[in-house]
Amino acid sequence: MKNFKYLLIVLSLFAISCNDTSKKDTEITAENTSENSTDSKISDMSIYNLPSHWTTQDGNEIELKQLQGKVLVMVMIYTSCQAACPRLVADMRNIEKQIPDDEKSDVEYVFVSIDPKTDTPERLTAFAKENKMEDNKWLFLRGSEEDTREFAAVLAVNYKQISPMDFSHSNIISVFNKAGELAHQQEGLGVDNKETVQAIIDLTK
Amino acid sequence: MKFFNTALFFLCSLLFSELVAQNNGMATVKGGVYLPLYGAADKTVKVDPFMMDVYPVTNADFLRFVKENPQWKKSNIKRLFADESYLTKWTTDENFSGLPNAPATNVSWFAAKKYCECQGKRLPKMDEWEFAAMANENVPDARKVESYNQYILNWYETPKTFNKTVGSTFKNYWGIYDLHGLVWEWTQDFNTVLISGESRKDVDKDSNLFCGSAAIGASDLMNYAAFMRYAFRGSMKARYSSQNLGFRCAKNLEN
Repeated sequence: MKNFKYLLIVLSLFAISCNDTSKKDTEITAENTSENSTDSKISDMSIYNLPSHWTTQDGNEIELKQLQGKVLVMVMIYTSCQAACPRLVADMRNIEKQIPDDEKSDVEYVFVSIDPKTDTPERLTAFAKENKMEDNKWLFLRGSEEDTREFAAVLAVNYKQISPMDFSHSNIISVFNKAGELAHQQEGLGVDNKETVQAIIDLTK
Repeated sequence: MKFFNTALFFLCSLLFSELVAQNNGMATVKGGVYLPLYGAADKTVKVDPFMMDVYPVTNADFLRFVKENPQWKKSNIKRLFADESYLTKWTTDENFSGLPNAPATNVSWFAAKKYCECQGKRLPKMDEWEFAAMANENVPDARKVESYNQYILNWYETPKTFNKTVGSTFKNYWGIYDLHGLVWEWTQDFNTVLISGESRKDVDKDSNLFCGSAAIGASDLMNYAAFMRYAFRGSMKARYSSQNLGFRCAKNLEN
């Protein structure tokens, strides 16, 4: 009979280990269902499907979802960048200038840092100030390294750190419609941005 | 009484094997310093010790995952996370084609990443993968061994190796199978590869990569084999999937 007791103990141990996994599974499913119900209006190709969290230059925590309803013009940069980034910033400003006044308020310009370690909110604020981009329409975001990598994967932006201070990266400006779907990409530095501007204007309508 | 003893023994061994299986599927890679073909400004890279799955994730494994996480089934997947080629050869949401223990392929980076997260693991970093894959049966860095390079290049020329079962290639120095010989594998940071000369005209050109590939000589067979991997990674996007591309998971070494 003593053995029987052991058997029970072993059995219960076994049951616990099984329960643990099944419990985890139900949690995952529960999380997914709730995700599905809140995201019911979000289309398949929308970046608002991404669960990532970001910190703005003002230190606010946001999810991309909160940007829903605006046309987004996004670029990935890092503030200590000497070469391409100032030109990308100039390109962004140049695009913004060409958007007619009536449409300006429908567009948000988002800079996502690929160097979240260095680019603290303070640093991003300083960068915004330096570049005279303190208006609400200029948004600077910093996330975890993993979320940043994932976001880059969505934009098809490749980047890597080549020294402690320097990154190599694709120069792509991406335009998203109000539903968060990628609508247009401009590749390269200082390229003719007529198409990009037109895409933005079309999307604000 | 004897019956109980037998049952007890049986249950204990079941329990034991289940507990062991959780770690048994992974091997420890001790880490170290290596010079990648394509690295940070031509410097050596330090790889911390980590654990890696002994085998690539199989069709059967992936089926279990999609059953538990239905939003990753073929018909439910959001197009943001996988293009049309996702699980393309599966006849239904729960029917893969090929052998249950063949590597799961036609899986996007997002799906591979999610799979590993659900196992409490993560995708290996590119440097971790490359570090582990330098080993042959006997030494941790076999990149200068001719037979090792020849093996990889022969594999590149062999069609449809994705149909083979996991474990059908050699067990390397770390106890890991199939890093070469079955399928190519996703890495966490595959999008650190910047190659110009593809359609993406604007990315910074990495001359290191091209110099490495252009040289001809004994030690450059190894560069050629690695170059193919980096070039492939550089051509992929996270939504893409391919029948030659599978994955396995890794995790940090537990203290």
